[in-house]
This record gives sequence, structure tokens and C-alpha cells, in this order.
Amino acid sequence: MANLKVLKNRIASVKSTRKITKAMQMVAAAKLRRAQEAAEASRPYTERFNAVMGGLAASVGDSASAPKLLSGTGRDQTHLLVVLTAERGLCGGFNGNIAKLAKAHAQRLLAAGKTVKILTVGKKGRDALKRELSSHFVAHVDMTEVKRVGYENAQDIARDVLARFDGGEFDVATIFFSRFENVVTQHPTAQQIIPASFETDGDAGAATLYDYEPSEEAILADLLPRGVATALFSALLENAASEQGARMSAMDNATRNAGDMIDKLTIQYNRSRQAVITNELIEIISGAEAL
Amino acid sequence: MAHLQFDLVSPERLLASVEASEVQIPGADGDLTAMPDHAPTITTLRPGILRVVHGGTTDEYIVSGGFAEITAGGVSVLAEKALPRAEVTQEVFDRLLDEANVAHETLKETFKNEPGPVDDAAKLLADMVAIGDHIGLSSRS
Repeated sequence: MANLKVLKNRIASVKSTRKITKAMQMVAAAKLRRAQEAAEASRPYTERFNAVMGGLAASVGDSASAPKLLSGTGRDQTHLLVVLTAERGLCGGFNGNIAKLAKAHAQRLLAAGKTVKILTVGKKGRDALKRELSSHFVAHVDMTEVKRVGYENAQDIARDVLARFDGGEFDVATIFFSRFENVVTQHPTAQQIIPASFETDGDAGAATLYDYEPSEEAILADLLPRGVATALFSALLENAASEQGARMSAMDNATRNAGDMIDKLTIQYNRSRQAVITNELIEIISGAEAL
Repeated sequence: MAHLQFDLVSPERLLASVEASEVQIPGADGDLTAMPDHAPTITTLRPGILRVVHGGTTDEYIVSGGFAEITAGGVSVLAEKALPRAEVTQEVFDRLLDEANVAHETLKETFKNEPGPVDDAAKLLADMVAIGDHIGLSSRS
């Protein structure tokens, strides 16, 4: 009988686990939709921004007076890795994949004799990198209080990164985040933001000759810091969508696993119940025969 | 009469996309009005009021930071902050002004020996105050 009781409790506990994972999956699905909408709403800005910057960078980029944010400091000794992850776990390989990519990148740089500095955004990435790379941490941005990623969040991080760049703390900055493709696929991505590189469509940038007001250099100097914020903002949004997508599929798997487990346990429960009944019958019958 | 395709985008959303007949832009070097067949121009923005005239009505937006791209057939304004005029109440304006104030103060602290960024922030603040005067909101300080 003791065995039966244990099984029954086990089934009940797996059932409540399934309820929780199911609920989490639904919450993630709802949040995913919102995150995706936010990512899509920001796309026109990012696209146009990059198009204009690409054109500007192409016309100013080679001159010696080009801002450092575009041409670099001329060295690549010190690297800043900005690792963007989630604040919460239970989202499959999402945090782990980003951390793994960042770690591999850091180790490659260290092996080449470079100095590595790490800025983490989101608790989970910090935890994942703490064991091996904690001596390289320079700062951490806490996003626990942030319900919905806004442009201000990106601006705050950008301001911090730019202050460090102006202070000569690093030469190259790379951000690590997860690019959202669809609910089941998210690609951990590394993107260099300083010195800036803009994807140009080749001919599109050069097609129109613009008048610049004030000068090209002044516009570039004004816009490049904004470019850092824009890149961070779109990375944060991609990340938010990826996190929810990853959580949704992880919780979907968990729910299905719990279902399978309940089925298995139920069969086991029924079998042992039947065994107990058979046993009792045998006892009664053999008792009756003995009389 | 020819029309301009006018788009106003902020990082978070697309605020407006209309056919306009003229767009008045608060450029960094002074206001300018874009009409159809304007010479292709890119200008940075100062905090100010953006006016869009379309079909006899004028829409006003408060914009801050960013740039405008003018081509013969259209105007794209990419503003870091953009709000329809009607949404800018005294409360919102106070918040914007506070932000500019804080930025100014922190820059004064960090760049004691470099006037460049501090002057920029001071100009930003002055521009914000000017907007307030313009739309009839008090700037307290």
C-alpha cells in the first residue's frame, strides 16, 4: 500500500508541475507577441538610420579626420564585450548559448594576448560567466526592474559604454545577443559596435548626393553615439523576443514531458493497484481453501 | 500639386506617415521648410516643433535629437524623442525639462575642463525652454 500512496503523490506533483509550465508557456506566448511587435516597430528607424549612416560613413570614412567611433583608435588591444542576457532562467538554452559564444570569443582574445573587459546586462549572463571570467568584469547593468525595454534603457547602457570609450578604457566593443528568427530558432550573435560598421546596400548609399547641414563631420559626430544606442536598442529588443520564444518552446517541451510522465506513472499506478487486489484475492481464496 | 511622402519615426515606433505639402523642420542650424523637389539634404535636429502641412491641416510634433533626410519626393525625420503636440502637457514637459537639466548638471560635473559637451547640454536646455514658451507651458526655472 505504501508504494501506491507514493505513486499517487508523485502523479499529483507532476500534474501541478504541468499546470505551472503550461501557464508559463502561455504567458511567454503573450509576451512574445508584444516583444515581436516592439521589435518590428523599431525596425523602420534602425533601417533608415543605418542607410543614412552608411552613406555618410562611406563619404567621410577614409579621411583622417573621421571620428574615432568610426575609424577606431588605431589599436585593437583592449576589447569590451557587452553580454546581453535575460534576468530570468527557465528559457532553454537561451542564456547559455549567448554566454557560450561570449566565452569562446573572450578565450580566443585572451589566447591572442589581448585584454578583455566584460560588461554584463542581465543577471543570467553574469552568473554563467562568473566562474571563469569574473576577473574581467567591469560593470553590470541590472534590468530586473525593467518591465518593457525602452529606448532609455539602451541610451543608459550606451552612455556608459561611450564614457568608457572616451576615457580610453577600450578600443573595440562587441555586443553579444540572440537574434530572433522564429519561435524555435534564435541565433546567438556577436556584433561589433565600436568602431562602427554599417551594412550598406552598395549602390543605394552613393546614389543620392545630399547637402549636409551642418557639415558631414558634424553630423557624423552627432549621430555616431546615437548609432551605438540604436544598435544596443535593437539588440535588446531582439533579445527580449528571443527570450520569450525560447521560454515558450522550453515550456512547451516541459509540458509535454510532464504529460508523458503522468501517463507512465498512471500505468504504473494502475498495475500496482491491480497487483494489490490480486494479492488480496489470493489471500482470501487460499484462506477459504484451507478451512 | 506635387506631394511629399512624410515619415516621422522614433526608435520605438512609426509616429506618422502621410502625404504632406510642406514640412517645417527645426534644423540644428536653423528652421527650414521642405517642399516638393527640395534639394536632397540631411540635417541634424535641435529640440523644437516640427510642423507638417497636409490637406489644409497642420500637425505639430515636439521632436528632440536625431536627423531629417530630405529628398525631392519625401521627408524622413528620425527623432530620438517625438511626441504629438497634443500629448505634451505641462507634466510631460516638466519631465523633459528635468531630464535636460539633469544631463546638463551631470555633464558639468564630469567635463569640468572641457566646455564642449557642457555647452551642448546648455543649448539643449535653452532649446527646451524655448519650446515651452512657444507652446505656452511654463518652464518654472
